Amino acid sequence: MHYFEMLLSALGQGAIYAPMALGVFIAFRILNTPDLTIDGSFVFGMTVCAMVTVAGHPVLAILAGTAAGMLAGLVTGILQTSLQINAILSGILTMTGLYTVNYMVLGGQANLYLQQMQINESGVEVPVASQTIYKMMAAVAGNGEVSSLILSGLIVVIVSVLLSLFFKTRPGIAIRATGDNEEMVRSSSINADRSRTLGIMLANSLVGLSGAMLCQQQRYADLGCGNGMLVVGLASVIIGQALFGRRGVTLGVVSAVIGSVLYRMILQGAYQIDMPSYTVKLLSALIVTVALVMPLTKEKMNTMRIRRAGEKEAYK
Amino acid sequence: MSTQLSITRLTKIFEPGTANQKIALNNFSLEVKKGEFITILGSNGAGKSTLFNGILGKFFPDSGRIILDGEDITYWKDFKRAAKIGCLFQNPMRGTAPNMTIEENLALAYTRNASKSFFAVTRKDSGYFRELLATLDLGLEDRMKTKMGLLSGGQRQAASLLMATIAKPKLLLLDEHTAALDPVTSRKVLEITGKIIEQNQLTALMITHDMNQALAFGSRTIMMDGGTLVLDIHGSERAEMTPRKLVDLYTDQSGQLLSDRTMLSL
Repeated sequence: MHYFEMLLSALGQGAIYAPMALGVFIAFRILNTPDLTIDGSFVFGMTVCAMVTVAGHPVLAILAGTAAGMLAGLVTGILQTSLQINAILSGILTMTGLYTVNYMVLGGQANLYLQQMQINESGVEVPVASQTIYKMMAAVAGNGEVSSLILSGLIVVIVSVLLSLFFKTRPGIAIRATGDNEEMVRSSSINADRSRTLGIMLANSLVGLSGAMLCQQQRYADLGCGNGMLVVGLASVIIGQALFGRRGVTLGVVSAVIGSVLYRMILQGAYQIDMPSYTVKLLSALIVTVALVMPLTKEKMNTMRIRRAGEKEAYK
Repeated sequence: MSTQLSITRLTKIFEPGTANQKIALNNFSLEVKKGEFITILGSNGAGKSTLFNGILGKFFPDSGRIILDGEDITYWKDFKRAAKIGCLFQNPMRGTAPNMTIEENLALAYTRNASKSFFAVTRKDSGYFRELLATLDLGLEDRMKTKMGLLSGGQRQAASLLMATIAKPKLLLLDEHTAALDPVTSRKVLEITGKIIEQNQLTALMITHDMNQALAFGSRTIMMDGGTLVLDIHGSERAEMTPRKLVDLYTDQSGQLLSDRTMLSL
């Protein structure tokens, strides 16, 4: 039973972070752009979602969080294209600026619980947990992790299907081609700057969605939640890729989602051997490093093998 | 016949006022009639590619006008004028997106005048692309779902040629587009080029370093040097021209010898 719970938890967490992994996939794999906005847009989605949730609009809050991410992407996109600022620096600028914005959104504090003050029967003012989409789901499908997993899973499936379809549409292939060969896009009379900006907006809107989902699921927003998010997303994308390879865009979408779940499973495994939770970031960094070095190591070992075989042949 | 492209006194100086100052285009003027196919000769640094980049809008000229099909495009953005101009370069990698399929590449190029469908590749378009690819006679029509990056240089260049001409451009620019291919493939791609230009009655400019090619293709040959037009032959004068005479003419006109590469191609 213990393992079943672990699996459920990994699936649930994996689903919540899956849109973020999809965002990283779009930025790094489709647009071929290192977008560091992600750490900031994740929290921006979270804080905006928190404020709208507390105001009593749980569904709107998720959409608002998504839109917030999109706005962050727009800023990075403009910095990169119209203002010609280096891609990495553009992301860092937006991310850094967003820290202040996020602080302001939360009303000048670093975290916020999703609750409202209500007066109970005895006339005393007490905090009551705000309505969230996960609570709404629990009212229908019963309490517990299963119901929130179903909801997150449903969102992820819908997003993945829409995304896969989108990348077959005219604006969709324009975005893909912009990442592949920008010059060719320009000479096909497509505004590559606009395509790039749209792509970055799409990526960050998914990251914002992820932040919004996490906010309602954990019932609080915290400015620290975005730290290292990019590496988590990259780890997910790379793990998915190790399994499925780098092939079509639809398979890429699927592999990013599955990578997100697998990443959580690896973390669960780490907790099992009693690694404290603060080791997560180091572990993520290690996973990404190992995965990135793997192809080079393989190639080196291959050349070594060829050389050894060749020398053996020559001096036997 | 009406004028399709009119270039008037185009001038471009790179890094003016510095030690590296380079007059790339010097009062360059050229009138191209509709349906005309001009081959362009000139040694390295003569301004041929700069002329193309100017027409394509990679930079704005310091002075002069570019008028295409009655419209002054001198200060249009590059992607905007790309709707009317198809171009092909020496490097086959430049014109295609390697991680997308042949079909998707064609669809992207076709965006210029395709019906505004939701999906990039409709069944109707797909049938059209298949027909087009079949005309190349390279068997690509059966590999439409193959990634462009898996094709050979010649195949990619042939596909790029289709992409550059798929929207029936008002002007086709070919910048040594067969120079990186082996002789057999080069001939094949040139053959296809001639066929496509003829069938669609395209107005085209082709840069080449090959004197034979320059005289064999098209209806007019021009030569550039120091950013200006030094030679312009057509009609009977061109029909009687031989590569050897062309070199002599060039030497007389510009007072310098052609590059080794051009000489060797004789």
